[in-house]
Amino acid sequence: MRFSGFKVVKEALTGHRGWKPLWRDPAPQTHYDIIIVGGGGHGLATAYHLAATFGQARIAVLEKGWLGGGNIGRNTTIIRSNYLLPGNEPFYEFSMKLWESMEQALNFNAMVSQRGILNLCHTDAQRDAFRRRGNAMLLAGADAELLDRDGVRAMAPFLNFDNARFPIKGGLLQRRAGTARHDGVAWGYARAADQRGVDILQNCEVTGFRIENGTVKGVETSRGYIGAGKVGVAVAGSSGRVMQMAGMRLPIESHVLQAFVSEGLKPVIPGVITFGAGHFYVSQSDKGGLVFGGDIDGYNSYAQRGNLPVVEDVAEGGMALMPMIGRARLLRMWGGVMDMSMDGSPILDRTDVDGLFFNGGWCYGGFKATPASGYCFAHLLATGRPHETAAAYRLDRFARGHVIDEKGVGAQPNLH
Amino acid sequence: MLIPHPLLGPRDAQEFTYLGDAALLNRPDPASGTAAFCDYVYLRDNPAGTHRELWYHEYGDRSWLLVTRDTLSHEILDVRLAREVKTGGTA
Amino acid sequence: MTQTRLPGGLIDRNQPLSFTFNGRKLQGYQGDTLASALMANDIRLVARSFKYHRPRGIFSAGSEEPNALLTLGEGADADPNTRATVVPLREGLVARSQNHAGPLGWDLWSVNDLAAPFFAAGFYYKTFMWPRAFWEKLYEPAIRRAAGLGALSQLPDPETYDKGFLHCDLLVIGGGAAGLSAALTAGRAGANVILADEDLRLGGRLLAESDPLDDAPAADWVARAEAELRALPNVRVMPRTTVFGVYDHGVYGAVEQVSDLPGAALRQTLWRITAKRAVMATGATERHIPFRDNDRPGILLAGAMRAYANRWAVAPARGKVAIFTNNDDGHRTALDLQAKGVDLLGVIDSRTGARPFGDYPIFAGGRVTGTSGRRGLRAIRLAWNGREEELACAALGVSGGWNPNIQLASHHRGRPQWDAARLAFLAQGGPEGLIPAGAAAGEGSTHHALTSGHHAAADALRQLGLTTPAPALPRAEDRQGGAEAFWHVPGKGRAWVDFQNDVTVKDIKLAHQENMRSVEHLKRWTTLGMATDQGKTSNVTALAVMAELTGRSIPETGTTIFRPPYTPVSLSVLGGGDTGAHFRPTRLTPTHAWAKAQGALFVEAGQWMRAQYFPRPGETHWRQSVDREVLAVRAGVGLCDVTTLGKIDVQGADAGEFLNRIYANMMGTLAVGKVRYGLMLREDGFAYDDGTCARLGESHYVVTTTTSNAGLVLRTMEFARQCLWPDLDVTLISTTDAWAQIAVAGPNARRLLSRVVDGFDLSNETFPFMACAELTVAKGCPARLFRISFSGELAYEIAVPARYGQALMDRLMREGADLGVTPYGTEALSVLRIEKGHAAGAELNGQTTALMLGLGRMVSQKKDSIGAVMSRREGLAQDTRRLVGLQAVDPARPLPAGSHLFREGAARDTATDQGWITSACYSPHVGGHIALGFLEEGDTRLGEIVIAANPLQGTEAACRVVPAQFVDPEGGRLRD
Repeated sequence: MRFSGFKVVKEALTGHRGWKPLWRDPAPQTHYDIIIVGGGGHGLATAYHLAATFGQARIAVLEKGWLGGGNIGRNTTIIRSNYLLPGNEPFYEFSMKLWESMEQALNFNAMVSQRGILNLCHTDAQRDAFRRRGNAMLLAGADAELLDRDGVRAMAPFLNFDNARFPIKGGLLQRRAGTARHDGVAWGYARAADQRGVDILQNCEVTGFRIENGTVKGVETSRGYIGAGKVGVAVAGSSGRVMQMAGMRLPIESHVLQAFVSEGLKPVIPGVITFGAGHFYVSQSDKGGLVFGGDIDGYNSYAQRGNLPVVEDVAEGGMALMPMIGRARLLRMWGGVMDMSMDGSPILDRTDVDGLFFNGGWCYGGFKATPASGYCFAHLLATGRPHETAAAYRLDRFARGHVIDEKGVGAQPNLH
Repeated sequence: MLIPHPLLGPRDAQEFTYLGDAALLNRPDPASGTAAFCDYVYLRDNPAGTHRELWYHEYGDRSWLLVTRDTLSHEILDVRLAREVKTGGTA
Repeated sequence: MTQTRLPGGLIDRNQPLSFTFNGRKLQGYQGDTLASALMANDIRLVARSFKYHRPRGIFSAGSEEPNALLTLGEGADADPNTRATVVPLREGLVARSQNHAGPLGWDLWSVNDLAAPFFAAGFYYKTFMWPRAFWEKLYEPAIRRAAGLGALSQLPDPETYDKGFLHCDLLVIGGGAAGLSAALTAGRAGANVILADEDLRLGGRLLAESDPLDDAPAADWVARAEAELRALPNVRVMPRTTVFGVYDHGVYGAVEQVSDLPGAALRQTLWRITAKRAVMATGATERHIPFRDNDRPGILLAGAMRAYANRWAVAPARGKVAIFTNNDDGHRTALDLQAKGVDLLGVIDSRTGARPFGDYPIFAGGRVTGTSGRRGLRAIRLAWNGREEELACAALGVSGGWNPNIQLASHHRGRPQWDAARLAFLAQGGPEGLIPAGAAAGEGSTHHALTSGHHAAADALRQLGLTTPAPALPRAEDRQGGAEAFWHVPGKGRAWVDFQNDVTVKDIKLAHQENMRSVEHLKRWTTLGMATDQGKTSNVTALAVMAELTGRSIPETGTTIFRPPYTPVSLSVLGGGDTGAHFRPTRLTPTHAWAKAQGALFVEAGQWMRAQYFPRPGETHWRQSVDREVLAVRAGVGLCDVTTLGKIDVQGADAGEFLNRIYANMMGTLAVGKVRYGLMLREDGFAYDDGTCARLGESHYVVTTTTSNAGLVLRTMEFARQCLWPDLDVTLISTTDAWAQIAVAGPNARRLLSRVVDGFDLSNETFPFMACAELTVAKGCPARLFRISFSGELAYEIAVPARYGQALMDRLMREGADLGVTPYGTEALSVLRIEKGHAAGAELNGQTTALMLGLGRMVSQKKDSIGAVMSRREGLAQDTRRLVGLQAVDPARPLPAGSHLFREGAARDTATDQGWITSACYSPHVGGHIALGFLEEGDTRLGEIVIAANPLQGTEAACRVVPAQFVDPEGGRLRD
């Protein structure tokens, strides 16, 4: 069934009787060629690309809860490709290009909204760093603009230009960046994958890997053993827990990142704005809620909830940057568990176990990566070779000294 | 969060800076080479449950503490001075 | 204004208050809420719904209100999305409706309601995809304009907010029957108690009911209880204080509404309450029963209707009032309304065997199947005894049973359990130390609320080792609820479940049809429970409807969990006073006042404010000032406050060995009275920080760090001291703030300094380059002197106790007048160090290595130090990028920092990228623009021309690769 404006009108006039389930709830088969562990954005995108782009069949996605229930369903929905390092920027720009065509490819409106991201700078040194980054973005084929103070003021006159502890000096703007409706992304990939024969098995928790002679044979699950030719794990947030079942330790810590949404308000914030002198970033959803966040709480946690100091820190940043949001009320706060990697960059690689592949370590940047992560992980699973834009995301880069450390803070996950 | 400091009693966690896994106490012998150091610097058990970890009382007495905390409930099970653990040889 | 006023109530009729709603001048009384006052003026239509812009009225009498969201106040004090049900009426209050185009009664956006069939759950995921560019340009802006609720004023909040900490043995959340009972129990036992209630008045539902306590009005008992509690020194009573969240280790977040008045000394306070135990006496919220067109103004929760009648003496409308219920509680509303003289149409009770509790018509087994009245209820359709009829009706109270307010208990992700007998979710596995009581624990009657409050407090205190006397609780009603499951009235048309977000039973059915059946999918697909009430009045009902559709039980279908905050919290109060200029502390150097008097401009350096440059009369551009300052240093002598550099005193018998392990290079061999440049690595082998290390005594070293890393380096060194090598005899202390430090740089530095030191021999022979000493200056002021140079000139840094910093600066300026002594700021400092090729923050950015910085040989192979092993990894050891100097071929052409470097003629892309410019300036010494940067194999390319490309700003400049030292590469000047 194709979605379209015509279909919506037709169903409206005929009592919505024709809408079908967005995906099936199939029973698990005994064996699949490829099993993806994790029915989040990355897992579903991987399954979609395996089927749609790389011509694979007999694919299952195993999800311990409900599909889209991990970090894809609990983030601040930002998409962007404003990275510095050559190991990252081409990958994220590839992802941005996929965002730009995904809705038509999936026949699902994920509300990709390219209203721009503006990173503010408050010192000369920050502006110099932005210039280096903006140039790196342009060199990789992305878009970037460097705004001076007046340029920022023209775009966001409500920012605190007059009474700031750290005056705004300018900003790095990526106009093609923006937001997408997070749940819609998961559902769009799930529906498109399901339509291409992928079995999405919800409430199917992986409890172990069956590994014989260094080769993965299948997975033990809460719904029984399922055999597999290859297994790809995409469970960011739980990577440590899952890969431990395959006997692996990872360069990853799990941390909680809080996110916030305000009550609905008439449109007031253009695009995404990030504060350069504190932990605060914000956008406004189509429903009118200010969606914002800041720093991770900073300690290892699997609790999916954070504490008040970070809430206050984020609010202080927001109020310092845009004092007009004071009367907006925080409606909901929640926490997501992040795979914080040791250099702040992801891992997309084969493992020491034949047939077992790993996708994780996305820190708090996994949402924007969803399309490219799915594409590149599918590429790796289908061809055995890394996609050219994801070639740097190797597990052995730590041992070899080829870390991809955008922030330059070293092996300290809570600083990335 | 409140951290029961062994010397100063319960203190607000905001006074502390978090480092990470207490395995960082066990710096390898420099002669053991890069492989041992890679494990030390980069690899983590990252358990969902009891976690031994290092906190620094940065806005306090500057003690490094070894805190045993549950990463699922955030319950703090034990706190000791890192240097005493270290000199006690039980790290 | 008395059209709907009833007798009695807890309002003060001697204190009339005037206010406006949408410009209309109205009157209420002290004790009214905005909602009750609107009702008393017979205003039913107060709002529009979010999606369909349906006319909406007041639905509840508390913080769960989904409909009556208004904008209060004007200008910068405008407060959008404020629930009229929790706003105490005050003189002059200005209230406006929101989210409509044109007048509230004729909202143009209500065309959405006509088009409702097209706007079914999830419709937007299925359309607006073509043509692609139209989403941002057309569809989305239209959706955004129609969505949202109120509007921000777009002005800074002018009010004052504060934050504070509180501690207690027992926090009692909610001041109703259970909460008062708990607070009395604990207060009398001598425990430290905080009683917080979101309402202006304590009493909770006791104020809303007509039931007596000890044969007297409940309000009398409440007043006595409050008086007793307020008299106890160990009890803090906090009305208008909403406990909004539960955090780790017994920390509760609460907001106290201190004043509503614009310009008040304080508007709200954010409290972080640390409580050893807490009683969750948060009451219950009534459910409604969805039926066709159940969202019209005039349809209220029955319990709310009762509260309006009893507490605020107001009837929901003129005309007949009906009750639709599935439980006994609905009948209490009927009785109370009747007692107040309201014209009662009757009680429609879904239970077939239901009997009346008084003299009023009852329609047992009946149900409401529809309503009419565009801007307010006019009639209901009643299905009863096999017939359907339309009955004129101005207001309808609906009671579908009560949901315990267990929100706080699920903030730690505890999963509420379904209690089939009570038809309610009860708290399960909540935060440690949080004990539910009263209606929040599913206890229906006042008697049970009182006793369970007492028991909860007694339990809590027993856990704390306190005993509690037996209670003297008042006699109270002890009715049972008698609810029978009845979740919605099936049938055609739209029956609202979530009023604010316009989610109907049909939407839930559609979600089921489309396989959005898990609770989370249902919520996200339909937006149910995502409105400002977080589903307080809708979640459980929706779950029941979904259970019915799937044929599963409610617990099988799922549960409902809530996230903080319990009710929305303003960002102003969460930010408190730490905003604007007070966002972060400001650190001032010891010579700040002096620099200010000199006319210096200041710049933020982390928390520090540093003098950036010192403009002189006639200088119109910052470059003129900076060039002058730079040349003054190179030709004469300059002064710069460098106090902000981190200073760490390292003392102990093993201090040398300790520093050997901290620094990549050897420090233990440093002679007393000498200084050495030191480089620190992170344990991962990358460069971390640089500075100097001076040995003042056998076991006494002074380490300097960069300004930004002062705290981090101390942290790292403390880690090394306590966690890695506690066996070493060494202690550390930061002395950054203890010593004022001034750089005295330039060929005349020695001459100037010799005029302030107390007989200290500064000659090159006794105090050469890289010497240090403790001495006195200005006749006895203790000082430390270091002969080190950042500028490349003959230079010293002199430190005196911070309180003498300004005096020293004054003295040096005075003594140096004939030498042309010139103060210089951070800009000149930066130019001087670039000219000399010293690395700073842009080069030590955490991504670079000793090798890249040209300092590879500093990493000693003879000893272990932090980062030494990991610096030998292939990726670091084989990195061929090197720090170089770059000199613009056209000296007038800037080389902006952040430009990328390319070979001449090469393509400009990621693959051909050869490096980048880290720092750049105009060099008055060179007479042109220069820069430092990292370049592939830069050490072997001296003399080559490369291109500094800055496509971001459309500029390119050719530059020559040169050694990083533009000034005195041999170092003769430093050693002079």
